[in-house]
Amino acid sequence: MIPLQIAAVAFVACGAFVVVVARDLVRQATLLSIYGYGLVVLFLVFQAPDVALSALVVSAIAYPLVLVGAIARVRALQKRTGGG
Amino acid sequence: MNRRTRIALFALSAAGVGALLLWGLAGLPSFGDYAGPYGDLIANLAPPQRHIANAVTAVVFDYRGFDTMGEELILFGAASAVAMLLRETREHDVADIVDRVRSDATNAISLLAALAVLTVGLDVVAHGLLTPGGGFQGGVVLAAAFLVLFLGVEFHVYNQVAAPTRGEPVEPFGAGGYIGLGLVSLGLGLSFLQNFMGIGTFGRLTSGGSVLLVSFSSGIAVAGGFMVIFNEFLQENMAARYGR
Repeated sequence: MIPLQIAAVAFVACGAFVVVVARDLVRQATLLSIYGYGLVVLFLVFQAPDVALSALVVSAIAYPLVLVGAIARVRALQKRTGGG
Repeated sequence: MNRRTRIALFALSAAGVGALLLWGLAGLPSFGDYAGPYGDLIANLAPPQRHIANAVTAVVFDYRGFDTMGEELILFGAASAVAMLLRETREHDVADIVDRVRSDATNAISLLAALAVLTVGLDVVAHGLLTPGGGFQGGVVLAAAFLVLFLGVEFHVYNQVAAPTRGEPVEPFGAGGYIGLGLVSLGLGLSFLQNFMGIGTFGRLTSGGSVLLVSFSSGIAVAGGFMVIFNEFLQENMAARYGR
């Protein structure tokens, strides 16, 4: 493995761990997005640019966005009905 | 079950799983070792057979085009499900909400950025047979262009451009086009989704024949599907934030 590949693998491994241990849901979604960018770099340095392109939008932007949207919706509902 | 028993049980099973994992890792082929013949075959056959430079696209939209159709329909189903579930519980229309980003500079730059992302998306779809990219990748980039409008310009503008009534027909149009191209092949006496046009000159934008059209319809379907999903979630958020 070239150093760039080692760095990408290490970043993704740390990122996955950080996402799992984060407790606040919105923070978790944000970290997931950063982890998604790490995945994009990983795919790129392992010569899978096709996958990197889709991961760039799906795992770094779209999925965290949908998560944040769902969390906001649930919190708004909880506020209206007076707690969880 | 008390805490100590639980931890003991966990330690035991974790050790077991860990041992199995290590055993499995020890038996893996060395890094970069590739034993399967399929990848090499495709990489060698796709350029002369189909005049497609990007072997990944050749697999996705030609050799395995039928599988990709299934994936298209999964996305179609997911987008429809999101729309149906969220619309059912949404109480009010959000069409008249104005949620402006109060900075002219941000507005202007975001508008330019949205156009740039749109151009990149079209570029990725169009060059899918030559360079990394293709229908799916380009489609998600296209859908993301509208998100830039939402983030940096105004919800109202986003809603005007990508309103459900405009965004919704896009996906069925693309997915239908994909299936339609397959049916055209069948009608001409070929296999489903088999190339029915001249394969052109290798390395040119128009090479690959009807596979290029399949890639384009996939791009339209994916862009439409993601637009529907983004749209529903953004409308949800707007409805929640403005308490309507």
